[in-house]
Amino acid sequence: MNTGSDSTRSPKAPAAETDSSGTIKAVPVRYPWRWATAAVLLVLACMLVNMLVTNEKFDWPFLFSKMFSEPVLIGVRTTLILTVLSMVIGIVIGIIAAIMRLSANPVLVGVGWLYTWFFRAVPRLVLCVLFGNVGILYTNLEFGLPFDNYWMPLLGIDGDARFYSIPMNDLLTPFMAAILALSLSEGAYMAEIVRAGLLSVDKGQTEAAQALGMSRTKVLRRITLPQALRVIVPPTGNEATAMLKDTSLVSAIPLTTELFFQLRAIGNSTFNLFPMLVAACLWYLAITSLLMAGQYFLERSFTRGDRQAMAGVKMTQSRTGN
Amino acid sequence: MTQDAPRVGAVTGPDDDLMVVAENVHKSFGRLHVLRGIDLEVRRGEVMCVVGPSGSGKSTFLRCVNHLEKINMGRLWVNGHLMGYRQKRGKLHELHDSQVAQQRRGIGMVFQNFNLFPHMSVLGNVMEAPVQVKREKRAGARETALHLLERVGLADKAGSFPRQLSGGQQQRVAIARALAMRPELMLFDEPTSALDPELVGEVLDVMKDLARDGMTMIVVTHEMGFAREVGDSLVFMDEGVVVESGEPRQVLANPLHERTRAFLSKVL
Repeated sequence: MNTGSDSTRSPKAPAAETDSSGTIKAVPVRYPWRWATAAVLLVLACMLVNMLVTNEKFDWPFLFSKMFSEPVLIGVRTTLILTVLSMVIGIVIGIIAAIMRLSANPVLVGVGWLYTWFFRAVPRLVLCVLFGNVGILYTNLEFGLPFDNYWMPLLGIDGDARFYSIPMNDLLTPFMAAILALSLSEGAYMAEIVRAGLLSVDKGQTEAAQALGMSRTKVLRRITLPQALRVIVPPTGNEATAMLKDTSLVSAIPLTTELFFQLRAIGNSTFNLFPMLVAACLWYLAITSLLMAGQYFLERSFTRGDRQAMAGVKMTQSRTGN
Repeated sequence: MTQDAPRVGAVTGPDDDLMVVAENVHKSFGRLHVLRGIDLEVRRGEVMCVVGPSGSGKSTFLRCVNHLEKINMGRLWVNGHLMGYRQKRGKLHELHDSQVAQQRRGIGMVFQNFNLFPHMSVLGNVMEAPVQVKREKRAGARETALHLLERVGLADKAGSFPRQLSGGQQQRVAIARALAMRPELMLFDEPTSALDPELVGEVLDVMKDLARDGMTMIVVTHEMGFAREVGDSLVFMDEGVVVESGEPRQVLANPLHERTRAFLSKVL
């Protein structure tokens, strides 16, 4: 050890590794592999850019001329409407199904479970095709007393007990089928997310609210659900971006005004498909980025109380017992 | 717990002076028999301190008083009302959730872990029940809440959030929140057990103040000093039964039972 190195110097001697105030000025650890990997990635990135610019199959002028054409913009609009509507309906269904599954009523628990089981088991693409074809079951949707075709003849009454009827084709348009398939499927996933959120709230919160004389529904609405939202919001943002992309499945219904179908149609009719696929990527990238930005601000507003509290915790940390 | 409501538990006898009456109260969690026949009476204005080793059932008993736990046997009356049930033609009928909620309005409860609502300000916590349950006007509830916060010495914290407060401050807010419903009975479930030692005093001071004002209180606690100074009666529980009860100074100084003596020798 004693080789006359700096470490054996007496503490009084002026040390080069500290400045006048005594702050350490040490040589930082070097990370050569960071530089090496960065260099390799830089080369790969240059190759990618080179391909994008020089490969004529991308046909950028064609891509940009079609990317903002009217049918594509209509497609973007449909995709956005589908995303927003299905998510809103899905969240409402999800909250209801989650509350059902956590309720004290065994009938509601069973129905809630059955719903989430079915709609999580069936793929969205299959659901889309299924709802697109559900119209073949009945030509008309009729409202009346159930099983009238059985019991009315038994009682010797002619006619039927149906009061209102609408043709299935008017009701179940491709757009309606798309909303049904996507929102029912989404509701099942949201139910699990909401349920996890509700279960994450400390049981003491419910007890404190009950002890104050609040009814079960009031405890849920005022105490449990607001606190569960902090847990519910982040995965719901993920669900929204997933939903945006899953709207491309509705072309199987077929709902053809949707973004991906429109771009593919242009590609097919012009025999120049690849640029249109790239255009689809660009559109989805752009909208998803917007959604992510929205999610960021939403999450921030939901944790605001926490961050205020965190600032406070630092002040009182030494005094609290927890 | 409205005063003009008909007395349901007339079986308790003519004594209007009694706030809580427990008769042979049993409670089991599955196969675990926690309460094995509790008989207790708490007079109006009485401060009863309940002590005993952990697992003796004292917190469970407290939770039975406001029906957070359903009792399996016996009867429990608060302010003349049979808790959680209605007796009709010799049969007990379970009360609906909303009716139990109604019964709980006259009973304030303070928890070991405070259980303040973290998503509401201190003022919001105290105003919540009067506005939501009693349908009081916000302005009036706000005034009452600020008054109560002043009483527990936290008027300047009205706008803070629970997590910004120390444990002692949180517990004082929890007391103010319970008082906002103008209860006739206050239940304290080890209110100082989760606190740093130097914060215990501020909470006990608020409770002493409350006792001086004539509030009926049942306090599950390990603070023997509080029991001696403020308590009108002391109950020692062990293994789900009341082993011994009486005047606090008497019980603490000259416990009659061996088990009481053994317990007190460890905590005093």
